[in-house]
Amino acid sequence: MKLNERSLAFYATCDAPVDNAGFLYKKGGRHAAYHRRWFVLRGNMLFYFEDAASREPVGVIILEGCTVELVEAAEEFAFAVRFAGARARTYVLAAESQAAMEGWVKALSRASFDYLRLVVRELEQQLAAMRAGGCPPLPLPRRPSALPPKENGCAVWSAEPPAAPTAGSQPGPEPPPRRRASAPHGPLDAAPFARLHECYGQEIRALREQWRSSPAQP
Amino acid sequence: MRYNEKALQALSRQPAELAAELGMRGPKKGSVLKRRLVKLVANFLFYFRTDEAEPVGALLLERCRVAREEPGGFSISFVEDPERKYHFECCSEEQCLEWMEALRRASYEFMRRSLIFYRNEIQKMTGKDPLEQFGISEEARFQLSSLKRLQVKTQNAVGFP
Repeated sequence: MKLNERSLAFYATCDAPVDNAGFLYKKGGRHAAYHRRWFVLRGNMLFYFEDAASREPVGVIILEGCTVELVEAAEEFAFAVRFAGARARTYVLAAESQAAMEGWVKALSRASFDYLRLVVRELEQQLAAMRAGGCPPLPLPRRPSALPPKENGCAVWSAEPPAAPTAGSQPGPEPPPRRRASAPHGPLDAAPFARLHECYGQEIRALREQWRSSPAQP
Repeated sequence: MRYNEKALQALSRQPAELAAELGMRGPKKGSVLKRRLVKLVANFLFYFRTDEAEPVGALLLERCRVAREEPGGFSISFVEDPERKYHFECCSEEQCLEWMEALRRASYEFMRRSLIFYRNEIQKMTGKDPLEQFGISEEARFQLSSLKRLQVKTQNAVGFP
């Protein structure tokens, strides 16, 4: 698979925040020796360099879909980054102290983009609930981390489940379900406008069709 | 640079934020437009030949710039080499805008800024730190000071439309 390695290398050495850095021993392979490498965690990328002064990483471990666990190993303070799948590699690493090991395990197990996105969505919902309701936010149910693909381009941006149809028929078309306002300020402010525009546009077009085809005009 | 290719392949099979068949042209001079299934998962953009299960390639979307390219597409380039562009052609204005917006938000750095912003807003409203329930309130990567530093940088850097 091709990968934009040049950009990856730049991301490794740029001035974006470093989430953790330090020396770790990395096991070469199943029966190989440990090599001391300088590790830099940035986002969901764990880069490793020959040493702290190196300008280019030897390699990177992409931290999506992995679990981090302690392991029984000859080396002290060892832990593993494990990926799912039959022939997937497990990276065995060892820190130089108990504290360092604990710090790395904590940092790596929360490093995925998936995890961060989950937290952001939770906070987004809490803020929207506070602004709409004016009452303290209720604890929201945990959402599964894999969301259904958004093939139609409309983001799921309301915390409420879609309104269930009422028992007994109602005269006339039902008004569209009420939606909560999203946060009015911030980096995601202007963000969903195109999507909102498209979603509302679709609804309006659908309603327009309905009204046109109905016999009596309002 | 070595990387865990199998893990990246597995990621390419995860549910996508956005997926569509688009025209794609690589950054090299003389590249030809090809139809590719383009799939956005986490902070990676995968591209597949339309009839294959394994991706041809992946782009890590950190420090990238997304720009409109007339008549009906956009390009992705990277901060360190803005002339080297990956071109994409869409079938409609809506699709183009949708992709550009999704790509703008598809970086770890964007997510981090959003988290810091929401945390700060909630803290202002309630006096409580919403990250405490996750046990991550002490992490350096989520501190407000980190955001201020980033704000100065991103005004100069590309990455915002």
